[in-house]
Amino acid sequence: MIHHPLLPRFGCLLAALAIAFSACLAAPSTAIADAHSPEEMGLQIALQAQERGGGFGDFTARQTMILRNRQGQESQRDVRMKVLEVDGDGDKTMFVFDQPRDVKGTAFLVHAHPHDSDDQWLYLPALKRVKRISSSNRSGSFMGSEFAYEDMTNQDVEKFTYKYLRDETCGDLTCSVTERAPVGKGSGYSRQVVWHDRDELRIWKVEYYDRKNAHLKTLTISDYQLYLDRYWFAGRMDMVNHLTGKSTVLNWSDYEFRTGLDDSDFTQTSLRRAR
Amino acid sequence: MSARAFLRSAVWAAACSCIALTAREAQAESDFAYEEVSGRIGIETRVFPESALYPGQASHSSGVVLHPKLYLEDADGKSVTVAPFFRFDSTDPRRTKADIREAFVLLFGEAGNNEWELRVGIDQVFWGVAESRHLVDIINQVDLIENPNEEIKLGQPMAHLTWSGDWGVLELFGLSFHRPRTFPGAGGRLRAGFIIDDENVTYESGADERHLDLAVRYTHSFGLVDVGLSAFDGTNREPTICLPTTLGGAFTQHYEQIRQFGLDSQITVDAWLLKLEAIRRTGFQNLFCQSEEDYSAFVVGGEYAFYSVWDSPADLSLLAEWNYDERGEQATNVFQNDIFLGARYALNDVQSTDFTLGLLEDIDFGTRTLSLEFNRRLTDNWALNVEATAFLKIGEADFLQRDLKNDSFVGANLGYNY
Repeated sequence: MIHHPLLPRFGCLLAALAIAFSACLAAPSTAIADAHSPEEMGLQIALQAQERGGGFGDFTARQTMILRNRQGQESQRDVRMKVLEVDGDGDKTMFVFDQPRDVKGTAFLVHAHPHDSDDQWLYLPALKRVKRISSSNRSGSFMGSEFAYEDMTNQDVEKFTYKYLRDETCGDLTCSVTERAPVGKGSGYSRQVVWHDRDELRIWKVEYYDRKNAHLKTLTISDYQLYLDRYWFAGRMDMVNHLTGKSTVLNWSDYEFRTGLDDSDFTQTSLRRAR
Repeated sequence: MSARAFLRSAVWAAACSCIALTAREAQAESDFAYEEVSGRIGIETRVFPESALYPGQASHSSGVVLHPKLYLEDADGKSVTVAPFFRFDSTDPRRTKADIREAFVLLFGEAGNNEWELRVGIDQVFWGVAESRHLVDIINQVDLIENPNEEIKLGQPMAHLTWSGDWGVLELFGLSFHRPRTFPGAGGRLRAGFIIDDENVTYESGADERHLDLAVRYTHSFGLVDVGLSAFDGTNREPTICLPTTLGGAFTQHYEQIRQFGLDSQITVDAWLLKLEAIRRTGFQNLFCQSEEDYSAFVVGGEYAFYSVWDSPADLSLLAEWNYDERGEQATNVFQNDIFLGARYALNDVQSTDFTLGLLEDIDFGTRTLSLEFNRRLTDNWALNVEATAFLKIGEADFLQRDLKNDSFVGANLGYNY
């Protein structure tokens, strides 16, 4: 009987990425202003944000998660990840766990597909077993954190419907506030409200509403840095669960871009080499 | 531990230290870009509530496990992995042992659109998809004395070449230095009424344990369907255990030359995993060496997961598998016609708490075995595992299991991972 603390509980941290991505080419306001209905305007913002995030090629990074419960007790998760953009398909992502130590060397591979369910494999180092797992679990918690699978998976534009709500100040910036509702089954949310800044289309805040429309969680993104003179990547993400009082801080570090990764670094054979 | 077994362990331990030292030295010379030491130290205990069937068998045992792992990698990604394993057991001297689980050099690269990988040394390999039994999996010997669940394996010396591309993955194995299966000694529980000799192991091949065994495996994914085809030609991993020719004689392990063809497949759709493993094996004698009997066997079943059950973050997975072996009552294992039903409840909390329950029901013999498992992380380094196996009912005609009827047990294991 297979047994592993991580087994039933994986998602892809890509989302975190998708959230983090925002490129900075031209000012977006013109196209957005040309759209008429709130739905069109919301979609335009999402499309532009996605377009600006593309083209980085590949990158590697480290993630450190600090999980905090209501009493303030902390637990840490360390993950190394690598990501490859794929022409005409979703990204390929590999995660390798360093902490907690009982799951050290466990690795997780995702081939994302924008119009189809993702392909996911898990490598269990104690058994040296590669197991293909179901990708249909979207609403569950990722490694006991306040991030859910669906917060972590590739948030392609096609996976939501949109509605522009308003513009408002967010810190020193002006943000466009849009609402998006998940398409397809399995989501734990009825809707999300997203704050994009108008200059660079970076996401600064997301509010998550559960199926009963209660305000479940709030994500705050900060410490953006510019890479390759074009891509804004976040350094820190704070997810707070308003119903349980628990929170998770996700810190990103050691970003390296265009490291020469290719398809052969994202196969089941390479998954077995993870350590 | 007998003199010979001790010698064997000592040789393994020495070989392993030697590899570790060589690796260290190599590192000093060619400076590896990355070095890492990790591993696990465990304290374990097992309690058998029912009185033993045979004199000398203990009612409980405790032990210590050391499983360190050294990993060295150079700037090109070439690596050396060394992972010895040591166990001290308070009651069964055979269970006090040393093994090298891993000690291999790993090279890989690209050739055109294809990828290659070569592993040379002692390694472990897993094939298959099923949970109740690993039917096609044949590269490594089972370390049965560690755990009767057949999940734990001995290291196997091999050369393992992988070649992959858009067309799939092809793996070739050359294997030698066959490892005999480990069996409990007189003081151990979870054994048959007779003791299986672990010293006078015999082989069908004139080359004994040094016979060169060959294996090949091809795997590919067709959308939702994963398929694996395998063939093995060489020394059986499962021993042929014959009745002694003299009264009071020893039960010895004999390893025959066999050929096995295997098929494994999984279909992954929504929350369903549908699984099949099947083999055809030739050249192996049936139960207690009545005759050589070629046979087929399969395990078929599936797994379904309910996510976020009862308005909580927890998941519940249900499993069902049917094991079948064409030899029926002449089968050399307990899975000749058995249904496995399982449930896994994972809380998905910070401690990754989970409970697993499994029931194995033998349709022919009426034997019923219940297994329970509990896992919880205590801190970022400490983790607790508790497992229990209960032989609820053992069929009168079930030769392979009737000696286990009083061997239900509860085991606990506290591990420090570093």
